[in-house]
Parts: sequence; C-alpha cells; structure tokens
Amino acid sequence: MTDITGQPTPTPTARARHFGAVAARGRRQDGVFHAVTLAAALAVLLVLGGVIVSLIAGAWPAVRTFGVDFLLTETWNPVTDKFGALAPIYGTLVTSTIAMAIGVSVGFGIAVFITEICPGWLKRPLGTAIELLAGIPSIIYGIWGLFVLAPFLQHNVQPFLIESFEDVPVLEALFQGPPYGIGVLTAGLILGIMVLPFITSITREVFDTVPPMLKESAYGLGATTWEVVWKVVLPYARVGVVGGVMLGLGRALGETMAVTFVIGNAHRISASLLAPGTTISAAIANEFTEAVGDIYASSLILLGLILFVITFGVLALAKLLLRRAQARSGGTR
Amino acid sequence: MTLYARRKLVNRLALTLAGGAAALGLFWLTAILWTLLAKGVAGIDLALFTEMTPPPGDAGGLLNAIFGSLVMTVVAVLVGAPVGILAGTYLAEYARYEQGGRLGEVVRFVNDILLSAPSIIIGLFVYEVMVVRMGHFSGWAGAMALAVIAVPVVLRTTDDMLTLVPAGLREAAAALGASRWKVIVTIAYRAAGSGMMTGVLLAIARVSGETAPLLFTALNNQFWSGDMNAPMANLPVVIFQFALSPYENWQRLAWSGALVITATVLLLNVVARMLAARNRGNEA
Repeated sequence: MTDITGQPTPTPTARARHFGAVAARGRRQDGVFHAVTLAAALAVLLVLGGVIVSLIAGAWPAVRTFGVDFLLTETWNPVTDKFGALAPIYGTLVTSTIAMAIGVSVGFGIAVFITEICPGWLKRPLGTAIELLAGIPSIIYGIWGLFVLAPFLQHNVQPFLIESFEDVPVLEALFQGPPYGIGVLTAGLILGIMVLPFITSITREVFDTVPPMLKESAYGLGATTWEVVWKVVLPYARVGVVGGVMLGLGRALGETMAVTFVIGNAHRISASLLAPGTTISAAIANEFTEAVGDIYASSLILLGLILFVITFGVLALAKLLLRRAQARSGGTR
Repeated sequence: MTLYARRKLVNRLALTLAGGAAALGLFWLTAILWTLLAKGVAGIDLALFTEMTPPPGDAGGLLNAIFGSLVMTVVAVLVGAPVGILAGTYLAEYARYEQGGRLGEVVRFVNDILLSAPSIIIGLFVYEVMVVRMGHFSGWAGAMALAVIAVPVVLRTTDDMLTLVPAGLREAAAALGASRWKVIVTIAYRAAGSGMMTGVLLAIARVSGETAPLLFTALNNQFWSGDMNAPMANLPVVIFQFALSPYENWQRLAWSGALVITATVLLLNVVARMLAARNRGNEA
C-alpha cells in the first residue's frame, strides 16, 4: 500500500509506536519547561530571601554595638563612631506625611475629574499625561527640585510662610528659621508630586469598578455629582483607595534620589519644616560610598534594613487591601 | 441659603477643586519638561555624544556615561527579561491551574512587593553579595542590580498578558496534539507577544533612569571603559555628581544628560503604551 505521495504507508503498529514516541518526547520536554519556569519563579523568592539575609548580615555589627539604642539616638557621628537612626527615621516619616497630604488630595481630585467630570475625548490624553509623571526618573525630579523648585520656594513661598505664621502658636515653630529653599518641606513637596500618579491611577481603577447602576440610582434620586462621588463611589471603593494610598506611601518612604538633592542632608531633628534634615534613603545614598570603618557602613546597612521592614509592611498591607477590593469587584485576584 | 442652593454650591466648589487638581498635575509635568528643554537643549550637540566626561572647566561630552548606561541596561535586560518571562509563564500557565497550590500566590505577592521596594535597598543587596565578595565596584554589579529591578516589571506584565489569552486557543492547540510547552511557546506567547514586549520596554524604561542602585555597585568612571569588571561610568550617576558640583560646565552637561534620559524614558513609555493598546485591540 502506498499513500498519495507514493511512500509506503506504515503499518498501524509502526504508526502507533511513532506517535507514542512523539508523545513521550513531548512529555519530557514538558517536564523540562515546567521545571525551568518553576526555577525562575523560585528565583524571585530567592531574591527576596537574599535581600533579607544580606541586610541582616551586613547590619549585624551595628545591631550588636548599639542594640535598641540605635532607634532612639539622634547622634550621628562618624568621627566617634556613634550612630543613631532617630533623625533619618523622623525625616522619612515627616517628608512622607507631607507627601501623602499633597499626593492624596491632588491625586483624589484628579481621579474624580477624570472619572466623573472630564469629557470623553480628554480622558485618555489626560490619564496618559499623569502617568507619564510616574515615568520620569527620580533623579530628574531631584535636579528640577534643586534648581527650580527650591529657589522658587526660597524667594516666594517660604518668606511668606514665615511671616504669616509668626505669632501663631504651634505653627510658628513649624515655619521658623531662615528660608534655605532646600529642606524637609521641599523634599515632602517633591515626593508629593512623585506619588501623585500612583495614587491617581489606582484610585481611578477602583472608581471604575463601582457598578454604574449604583451611581445612576443616586443620580436618579437627585444627588449632585459631588454627592455621588462622596457618598456612593467613595464608600464603595474605600478599601481599594486606601490600598492605593498605602502603595503611594510605600514609594514615598523609599524614594531616594529626589530627596537626596533637596533635603540638605543634616542628621538632626528640627521642629521647623524649613530646616534641612535627612531621610533613611538619602543618608545611605550620600554616605555609603564614603563610609570608612565597619561600624559606619554597618550602621547605614542597618538603616536600610529598617527602611526595608517599614516599606515591606506598608506594601504588604497595600496589596492585601487591594486584593480585597478586587475580590469584591469580581476580579480573579 | 436654601438646602438646594447649598448643595449646588458645594457641588460646584468640589468639582472646581477637582478640575484644579487635574490642572495642577498637568502643570507639574509641563513645568518639569519645560525646564529640561530650556536648560538641556543648548547642550545637545555632536560633542555630547562623541566626547568623554571632562574635568571641571573643560569642554566635553557624555560618551563614556551613555555607553556605560547602554551596556549595563542591555546586560540587565538580557538577564532580567528571560527570568521575568519564565517566572510569569509559571504563574499564568502552571500555578493558575494547580488546585490548592499556594506557591503561585506567594510568588505573585513577593513580586508585587519587589516591584515597589526601594531601589536603594536592591543596591545595598547587590553591594553585599557582589561588591564585597569581588572586593571592588564593577559594571557587572551595576548590571545585576538593574536586572533585579527589571525582573518584577517583566514578570508582572507577562503574567497579566498570558492570563488574558483565551483558554480556547490553548485548548484548540492541545486538541491537535501539541504538548503543553508547545502550546505555551507557539500559541500563548504569540497571542500575548506584543503585550509581553510592553513589559520588556517598561523594564528598559524603568532601569535606564535608576540611579540609587548604581551609586555603590557600578560607582562611576571619569574615563572610557568597556571593562565590566571595573567601575563603570553611567548617565544617572554622572548627572547626580555633575548637578551637585559647583562647576558650571558640569552642571550644563548634567542638564543635557537629564534631557537625554527623560526623552528616552518617556519615548519608551509611549511606545510601550501604544503596543499595549494594540494588544488590547487585537482581542476585541
């Protein structure tokens, strides 16, 4: 018997054996491919494990020398090898607080504008423009902040702040001292601009998960656009919005270059927001290559470990909240 | 004021503020881009791309820095992209179908954390693992730090894009007798191709602007060096040092470098976005 090309047709058993061999080869290749992808996935876990182990190992000398005091001391003196993390931790928290105050209010406003007010044709360009803000490298924010924003604040905004709060109790302390331009306030402002796109895009996403029926019902009852946003959309999207805010916070806490440019890098805690300060990441970026002596370098790595623990906690919480929000809107993950 | 009038007023006020917020967001973007153009464009000339970084006061360009950045970015993506794609494949093509398996979820969770983790921490990690072991700063260490940053971006996009591929496509191929890995490589990858490309482009964009992880891995180099085993010049760190220097010619170069980086990164972002939009168009 021959087939259409004139080749002899294999007997049924030969054909079965051939297909069996093909299938077996496929299964073997399947196994290899599965193993390779699994290895790549495990590599991701390995990186996280490696980060934790190497930070702890590097920070160990400092942990042994200073113990808990490291967290409670303001001194940072490379000459006498006395190090404490209080000033950078304080700076990190204060700049992030300022950043979140700006990022959340403006980001929320933009999300409301894009989802509820903006005409259809403007939605995409506007959304893209805001997301491009997230694409600009942080070093660019840094040099822009140092050469444009800081002088502007120094000449136009800070003198005004100092004057207007001169005799107000409490606030007076926040805005005192000479207007340097650079300092905690400027760093917080830059960070606020940087986290803005993250908060906006996630807030938009969760706003879009609100069922139209819910909004239309509220409109049907005569609610204004603002009332729909504030009393229907926001309560429905609350968990997701908080998740987005936490994600932004995670970014703000760890942001390095932009802050390094504008914060002034002074290891001290001042009540005034106009004074120079430092953050954990700025201290590492500035001093690590110049850190001579084991304890100095180790203290900086310990700072890194503290930063990692804080951001890990914040980001993990953000992820859990966002997952909960997505599960509710019928998403798969 | 009647209740009705007050509600209307509050509404108008709130919406105006929201509009103001949008205007403010656009204002930052234009302000930053405008400054970059105003200060950087004057320095964009042939010398910028053909001459080395100069000593203070001399003329020069950024050739060694641009070259170093290119080399390290390429190595980082060559290492990071395959790992990201394979791990993303595991999540979307294997872990998704495993009943009761937690590994996929854990990996996805950890990856999302790495995606937003401070990049300076990655720098410290690579410093401890590579620089301390080798005893010196090197281009390899810089490239590895960038690779660690690239992986989560690629992984996330690959996972998302493969999940979007309709199951019917895979089933059709499987019904024709294709083995599972053939289904993934020839069917799923092809269907999700441009989307996965988006991830790689976004990773390149992210990596090419990163400064913090390079500070103490690749360090910097005043001179031309193609040796990955030695400290390597790179654009972000050069910008950092030159911008903070008191020398006017260094500052000018920093602005030009900043313009080059931003233009590259934004261009990559826009192209990636267009690719992603086309990918979505294919499915519809």
